[in-house]
Formats: sequence, C-alpha cells, structure tokens
Amino acid sequence: MRIKSERDFWSGLVFVAVGVVFAIGATHYRMGPECAVQEPCAAGLHARWLQLSAQPGAGYFPFGLAILLAVVGAIVLFKSLTFESEGGDAIGAFAWRPLVAIVAAVAGFGALLEPFGLAATIPLLVVVASLAGDVPGWRAVLAQALVLTLGAWAFLIWGLKLPVPFASWFAG
Amino acid sequence: MDLLHNLGIGLGVAFTTQNLAYAFCGALLGTLIGVLPGIGAVAAIALLLPATYALDTTPALILLAGVYYGAQYGGSTTAILVDVPGEPSALVTCLDGNQMARQGRAGVALSVAALGSFFAGCVGTIAIALVAPPLTELAFQFGPEEYFSLMVLGLVGAAVLTSGSLLKAIAMVLLGLLLAQVNAGMAAGTSPSGLVSVQSVRGISFVVLGIGVFVFAEIVAGLGHSKARREVCAGPVKGLWPSRLDFHEAWPSVLRGTALGAAIGVLPGGGAMLASFASYAVEKNLAGTPRIPLGKGAIEGVAGPESANNAAAQTAFIPMLTLGIPGNAAMALLVGAMAIKGIEPGPQVMASNPQLFWGLIASMWAGNVILLVLNLPLVGLWARLLAVPYRAVFPALVLVGCIGVYTLGGGAIDLYLTALFALVGYLFHKLGCEPAPLLLGFILGPIMEDHLRRSLLLSHGDWATFVTRPLSSSLLIAAALLIVVVTLPALRQTREVAFQED
Repeated sequence: MRIKSERDFWSGLVFVAVGVVFAIGATHYRMGPECAVQEPCAAGLHARWLQLSAQPGAGYFPFGLAILLAVVGAIVLFKSLTFESEGGDAIGAFAWRPLVAIVAAVAGFGALLEPFGLAATIPLLVVVASLAGDVPGWRAVLAQALVLTLGAWAFLIWGLKLPVPFASWFAG
Repeated sequence: MDLLHNLGIGLGVAFTTQNLAYAFCGALLGTLIGVLPGIGAVAAIALLLPATYALDTTPALILLAGVYYGAQYGGSTTAILVDVPGEPSALVTCLDGNQMARQGRAGVALSVAALGSFFAGCVGTIAIALVAPPLTELAFQFGPEEYFSLMVLGLVGAAVLTSGSLLKAIAMVLLGLLLAQVNAGMAAGTSPSGLVSVQSVRGISFVVLGIGVFVFAEIVAGLGHSKARREVCAGPVKGLWPSRLDFHEAWPSVLRGTALGAAIGVLPGGGAMLASFASYAVEKNLAGTPRIPLGKGAIEGVAGPESANNAAAQTAFIPMLTLGIPGNAAMALLVGAMAIKGIEPGPQVMASNPQLFWGLIASMWAGNVILLVLNLPLVGLWARLLAVPYRAVFPALVLVGCIGVYTLGGGAIDLYLTALFALVGYLFHKLGCEPAPLLLGFILGPIMEDHLRRSLLLSHGDWATFVTRPLSSSLLIAAALLIVVVTLPALRQTREVAFQED
C-alpha cells in the first residue's frame, strides 16, 4: 500500500482522528431526554430513536457530525491510498521560520500584553514577526517598531481611548 | 412604486455625511488592500471586524462592504500593471491586461476595467433592489425545515465551488460545524469534546478563527513562497481614455460579463473569482472572434472578467441579505458581524431593519461611484504602492490582528487561540484543505442547529420530514445534484482547470 497522495493521506488521517475524538467525547453527554417517571423510555429501537431526536441532548449533534467527519475522512484516506495523483501530491517544505515566528509573536503578545503593556509588546512583536520574512536590517526593524508603537499609542490610547494597557509595567 | 420608496429610504441613509465617509473609507481601504500584496478582502474584513464592534450596524456594514467590492477594483490595477493579481478574482485580468500594458495600452486597460466595473456595480445594485423583495417574500413561506435544507444547499454549494478536493471541502464544512458545537457546549455550560476544559468558557469567537486562519496563516503561507522580483510596468500611464474602437469592442463583453457575474454571484460558493473565470472562458470560446485574440492583449479579455467580478461582488450580497446565507468567506464574516450586533440574518432583516437593508444597497452604489473617481486619477499612486515590499507590511498586519483580537475582551486566551488557529490554518493550507468552507460551517452552525432542533421538535423526531416536505426535499435534491454533477468526469476536469492557480 503506497501513499499515492501525501496531502490527502494526512488530511484524511486528521479528519478521522478529530472525528473519532469528538465522537468519543460526545458520548459523555446526554443524547436525548432522560428516561424518567413522567416520560418513560420508549419501547423499541425506532421509538427510542424518535424520542431522542425530537429533543436532542448536548451530545446528539456533535456525535453525528463527528461520525460523519470520520467517515468522510476515511474516504479521503482510502482515496489517497488507491488513486494516483500528480507527483504524489506532496506536501512540500514547511515554512518553519515564518510559522514559528508568527505563532510565537502572537502568543507572546498575548502573554505579555497585560503585564507589560503595548510599549513593550509592540516592539517585541515586530522583532519576532520580522524574523518570519527575509531579515531586514536591524535599523529597519527598529524603525518599524518605533513607528508602530507610536502609531498605536496615538490611535488607540490617545485617539480612541481604548482600555489597552500601554506601559503597565511602569504603572505597577 | 415600492421600489422607488425603498430606494428613497436607502439613499436617505446612504447619503448622510457619516455613512458617505464610511463608504469612502471602505472603498479606499478596499482598493488599497486590493493593490497591496499579500492581503486580500477576506483578511482585511477579518482585521476590521473588532474595529466595527464600536460602530452602529449600518456604518459598520457599509464600511466592510466597501472593502469587499473595493478590493475587486484594486486587484485589477496590480493585475494589469504587474501581472500579479491583487485579488484572486483578478487572475484572469493578468492575462490580457498585462499584455495590453506591455503594448503601451495600460491606461486603456485600466480605464476599461474601471468603467466596466462601474457599470457592473450599478447593474448589480439594481439587481439586488429588484430581486430582494420577492425573494424575501418567498423565504417567509419557509419553515425551519426549509431553512435547514437551504443552508445545507448553501454549504454544499460552497464546498462544490471551492478549489481543491470536494471531499476535503465537505470535511472542512463538517469540521466547522463541529467546532461551532464546541461553542454551543460552552453556552450550555458543558464541554462536548471532553477535552477543552477550564478556561475557554467564552468559546471560540469567529473573529479569532477568521483572523487566525485567514490573516495569520495566510501570512505564514505567503512568506513561505519564494519571492519573485516583480517588475512594475515602468513609465507614466498615459492615454487613459479608451478610443471609440475600444468602446465598440469592449461594450458587448461588459454586458456579457455583467450578466454572467450577476448570476454567478448569487450562487453559494460563487463569487468574484468564479465569475471572472467564467467570463474569460465565455469571451475566449463563445463570443465570436475578437480583433486581437484573447491572451494577446484583447480588450475583451479585460472588460468581460472585470465587469463579471464586480457584478458578482454585488450580487453576492443577495443571499446574505435576503436569506441570511453567506456564499463565501467574506459574506460569512459579514453575517457574523450582523449577528454580533444582534441582527439575526434572514428575510426578516428587510422588514425589521429597512434602513440597514436599503441603506447598505444604496451605499454600495455610492461606493461604486467613489471607486470610479478614486481609481482612475489615482492610478499613479497605486502604481507606486505596488513597490512596497511585503516584509514591510506584514508585521503591521500581525499587530493589527493581535490588537483587534485583544479588544474582543477575551484576554490572553483569545490570543493563544488565534495563534493556535494560525498554526492549524497553515497546516490546512499545506494539506490542501480550503479554509472558507470551515468558516462557513462555523458561522452557519449555530443557526442551522436552531432550525434543525425546531424541525425535529415539530416532526417529533422524524428526520424524514426533510424529504417529505416538497420545498425542503427539492432543496436537498438540488444539493445532491450539485455534488453528482461536479463529480462527473467531464465537469471535474473543467472544475480543476478553472481552479488551477497559475
């Protein structure tokens, strides 16, 4: 069994995995009205199905959707192993540097904004994010950091008076 | 006449100083992002969403709509001058438009594109005004079963008309619907997946998803491609006004493109890109023999697609405004914006918020006028902007996105989620899974579930109700037909060719 389409193979795998995980999770929730004294469990599979479907519980739709997703994912997976595709439909190289830089920049912004404020996080973000592209001269990066920090201050804090922490490290 | 009365309301709303200013800003921003590399209409709308929270609904939608159709104008400028489409819909404009530029006819190409777009935009606006009321009437006949089936049709259409594997697109829709269930669970105080616990009490905001996947992931993907040096067609752009011969040749293409674009724009998943492709195909294969063959600088190859993409950009609003069904990612974001403002998208919008409805429509016409005025005289400015390197632009985009997410009020968690979606979005990009169906599924999910629950309650749990009710079953049959038709070998090839990216 050869992987005929790399992209489809991994996509299929992801879909199946997500589907299965969510399906399992969904079973922890009610699928429908619980059997009680006033409203006893309907007798017979079909009748019980109708009883569940009329008033779906929290687990009903996620379960169904997850199963559907897993099924579609399985089909994609199957096709990736059987049908030929151009050049193996390779995934190609990962753009690691941009990926790590951008993700780190955003997460870092999130972590540091409240304790340190925009004054610190904007330059940090600009520097980290700039690593994602061709590295420009450090002067250009610094200049951009400065412009964006001042611009943000002028626009958001002075202009719009948004409650965004600017220099909270100093404010204590 | 009702139409005049409605247009009257609309013009009254659209032509207030405030709303005109917003339309102007939207059009300007739209053109700008259409011209700038690496950022498109969807990304721009996603970035602007947090800012629109502070605005009233009408100005907010006017602004965002302006960005959407403005980007179609801007994208053509780069396509003609640099052979790089600023927007996916301008891809075909590169073919003849750039050829015309190389032959020294850049000015003519640009003005034909602008004039054709303006004509199409006007027609599109009138189309909306004409079609919306009867469509809304029809929709009032719908019960929850019909709405559910209609949304299924909309999602299937979006999956079918998107590029790439149909199966994967369907999976993305399902994934979007599933993610929306996570939010539903939050609201109910439970966590359906069993995994996400503790903090994400607020759930996943569609803005977080939008910015993570459509802005940050796109930036990573864009940076991952090798950068080719772009040559701008040097020299001042002269001779803006087309000659009589040009008019004579371009006119029929504009008409054809407008008609085609208006029809395609209404389709779910249809949009400016598909419209421009279809128009090019029509001009090439079905529309007689032009003086200059297509591909070598034929004016028809610019006039047709450009009119088509603008007509489609306008009529894309029809299903969104009348039925609450977004046809593409940008419309989905607008639907989300309306929902946040407390306006449930659907046929009742026209009746309960006539100022919003007609004001938006009238403002789109005003926007087209503004764009015509903006584009032609300022061509020199846009041309110079083309030289702006991407690396100068993208950190600012990341910043705007981060600040925007922060202002949603969710704190650091929202930003971590956005970072996560950036990662996930990039993975999907590498795996060839389209993100637009995901967003559509995510945004339509809660509404669909609502209709589904009501339908099932009414039918006492019987799923057959969707096929026994005639209107609902015809919608579902249409959805099934769409899938079948597209998987037929002959059409599959056309679809693949149509969605080939250069």
